[in-house]
Amino acid sequence: MKTICFYFQIHQPFRLKRYRFFDIGSDHYYYDDFSNEDVIRRISDKSFLRANALLLDMIKEYNGKFKVAFSISGVALEQLEIYVPEAIDGFKELAKTGHVEFLAETYAHSLSSITDPDEFKMQVKKHSDKIELLFGQKPKVLRNTELIYSDEIGELVTQMGYKAMMTEGAKHVLGWKSPNYLYSSAVNPELTLLLRNSKFSDDVSFRFSNYDWSEYPLVADKFINWVNALSDEEQLVNIFLNYEVLGNLQPGETGIFEFFKALPKYAFEKNIGFSTPSEIVNKLKPVASVAVPYPCSWAGEEKDLSPWQGNILQKEALQKLYEIGERVRLCEDRRILQDWVYLQTSDHFHFMSTKTFPGPSTFSPYENAYDAFNNYMNVLSDFKTRVEAQFPSNIDNEELNSLLTTIRNQGIEIEILKSKLEKAETESGKETSVETPKGKVSAKKKSIELN
Amino acid sequence: MKALMFGWEFPPHILGGLGTASFGLTKGMAEQADMEITFVMPKPRGDEDKSFLRLLGACNTPVVWKDVHWDYVNQRIGKYMDAGEYFHLRDHLYADFSYLNVNDLGCIEFSGRYPDNLLEEINNYSIVAGVIARSYDFDVIHSHDWLTYPAGIHAKYATGKPLVVHVHATDFDRSRGKVNPQVYGIEKDGMDRADHIITVSNLTRNTVIEKYHQDPKKVTTIHNAVEPLNPEIEAVTSRKGTKDKVVTFLGRITMQKGPEYFVEAAAKVLQKSKNVRFVMAGNGDMMNQMIRLAAQRGISDHFHFTGFMKGKQVYEVLKSSDVYVMPSVSEPFGISPLEAMQCGVPTIISKQSGCAEILNNAVKTDYWDIEAMSDAMYSIITYPSMAEYLKEEGKREVDEIKWEYAGLKVRNIYNSVV
Repeated sequence: MKTICFYFQIHQPFRLKRYRFFDIGSDHYYYDDFSNEDVIRRISDKSFLRANALLLDMIKEYNGKFKVAFSISGVALEQLEIYVPEAIDGFKELAKTGHVEFLAETYAHSLSSITDPDEFKMQVKKHSDKIELLFGQKPKVLRNTELIYSDEIGELVTQMGYKAMMTEGAKHVLGWKSPNYLYSSAVNPELTLLLRNSKFSDDVSFRFSNYDWSEYPLVADKFINWVNALSDEEQLVNIFLNYEVLGNLQPGETGIFEFFKALPKYAFEKNIGFSTPSEIVNKLKPVASVAVPYPCSWAGEEKDLSPWQGNILQKEALQKLYEIGERVRLCEDRRILQDWVYLQTSDHFHFMSTKTFPGPSTFSPYENAYDAFNNYMNVLSDFKTRVEAQFPSNIDNEELNSLLTTIRNQGIEIEILKSKLEKAETESGKETSVETPKGKVSAKKKSIELN
Repeated sequence: MKALMFGWEFPPHILGGLGTASFGLTKGMAEQADMEITFVMPKPRGDEDKSFLRLLGACNTPVVWKDVHWDYVNQRIGKYMDAGEYFHLRDHLYADFSYLNVNDLGCIEFSGRYPDNLLEEINNYSIVAGVIARSYDFDVIHSHDWLTYPAGIHAKYATGKPLVVHVHATDFDRSRGKVNPQVYGIEKDGMDRADHIITVSNLTRNTVIEKYHQDPKKVTTIHNAVEPLNPEIEAVTSRKGTKDKVVTFLGRITMQKGPEYFVEAAAKVLQKSKNVRFVMAGNGDMMNQMIRLAAQRGISDHFHFTGFMKGKQVYEVLKSSDVYVMPSVSEPFGISPLEAMQCGVPTIISKQSGCAEILNNAVKTDYWDIEAMSDAMYSIITYPSMAEYLKEEGKREVDEIKWEYAGLKVRNIYNSVV
């Protein structure tokens, strides 16, 4: 029996406002609240709310035989909580059905997996905690930002205790192999890999409403027939989509909602089921291993990292950001830690892409890549001065860390001693010798004054 | 003494230093009691300061006779000039230009900027100059920069009055040697036919003599000066939010201004000191290239681009700066360092700029010598005494560079040619 695995990605960055050189040092708020609210509100109205309702209906209608998975970045969750709380309620209801799985990812939708392993681990932990808090389930499968994967990242993810991860079924990775099987990492055989079927996924994401496409119009029974036509050994079809495909990237009037609504009916007719990533990992066995020495992603034709670190501007910005990572993690200021997360969001670097120069990159609020770079670097400069102001810059991180540890340990020790003292005082109070310790202190004070 | 001047820009709507210099010089000359100046420009906007001269717009001067009523004219162009002038000019049409594209008043439209059809606009300007020259009585013609040379020549041949051309820049400065032959032709023609040539620096004077083959006796240097700051600008305060020192480049980001040397010098300074930020204010065709260069040198977190600055913003940038740098590869004069010094900002200029000839209390380096330039930047931001000295003495020096004096020198030249 074949199975289809749907997973939807939701992400929106905290876009930066126009931040001028003169703002450095005087203005520490970096975000364009108006456009952030505007974008998330608009997308939710067109897509998320309607899609949530549809999926809930479908799950109920088929008694849990239809299932999906979500990967929602931490920054998107935060924006939804602020601006569209009803969408969060929708996800909570979906979670309650027990047939929806939530995946782990980096909180900021960041590129930390390739630049800063420590940060990567922290962010995945932060995200996983947030998911557990909101939806009451602990993610078991990890999906990295933009499906970025390499052997090295696989190693990292295994260390963190995840058994499975999703990535792109990129041609340069798979070669002649089909993405419609389960694979394992060549370096860590215990890590299972789910590969996106880019043909089927892109049919729905990009070609669904394209009049010029020879297969237009795409309807549910045709789509299911394609899946059914795969060879019998190909048991798994991973369709990974941006959730915005439902209603925003493919507007409602294209019939995308009706397409989804009709899918299960035709699938069950052909004896094709639906599964969440965790179920697949438990059900199927990897057929082979894949080696990915260089990171791949799901973006563009190249399926590599060039949209985020393809030019010198992006490399410079990434380098300047992550070189202070260690120092930031020593800080305790909550606003600094929050800005640190928001500034890592991969979109900021995508806006600096010159692939579409002289025009702006996709979804960019800026005029062009240089504009995006200047604005980001001004913000980053201010952020750096704030981080530097936390601790003297002439102490190196290691030394600072040990000093901070000492201070923290002493704090803990003082607490312990205090509680001991209180205990002793109450005990001794019973024995009516309260006067002695106080007398001792005052005696000491006197001697100091005399000196 | 009555002078007919042809210019291209006049404040407040200016695109480069030419407008500032035209304004300063005419104002300085107006101090002379018997001086009467008629200043012609392609397109006045109506908010120019006309208190010390008569301002004529080429776009408001008829070249084709149209039967229009006084009220109509007054309503159309009363904002720019007296309607009576229009009829006075209309009485002096000298040829039939009805084949030209003219408006309801018989005037040619001008952009007053530097459009793609600049040569056509220059030619139209000289047609208009013929009408103006025939309408007024004057003793001398004064043309500012190559755009107005054809107009000056036309006026000279129409009236027989002597022509003085004022060289604010040559195409050798603008193009780093890759001269546009058409522009060169216009420039050389103007110089050849002029009775006297004024250059803004000895640097430009040498170019005029060597590259345009002019007789040295005919060429005189009169350095530019600077207008005293008005109270409104005096009141502008620093907007600097950081504790770091700020080193500023302000101007068009083009080949002529040497921006890449500024970036390279900045990279060197940042190796030694982290408490400094570099600002490149302005825009231009090399801006994106400079952003890349800064990224390549890995200094983007200390190197900022502000984009185009105008009016008061310019002074905000200056007053927020600790060092001002002008690394121009070839600068005929360069008024902006003088403006920086007026604001009390220590200044570094290239030896290849005209203002270096008259400034003593500014650090001068070769534009290509990034070692010396970074050394100077580092000294000023590190040693307070040096910064203080340049600030005090620089301001004192620049306050003595007045247009009034430059105006007297121009007057001497007028006297010699009339």
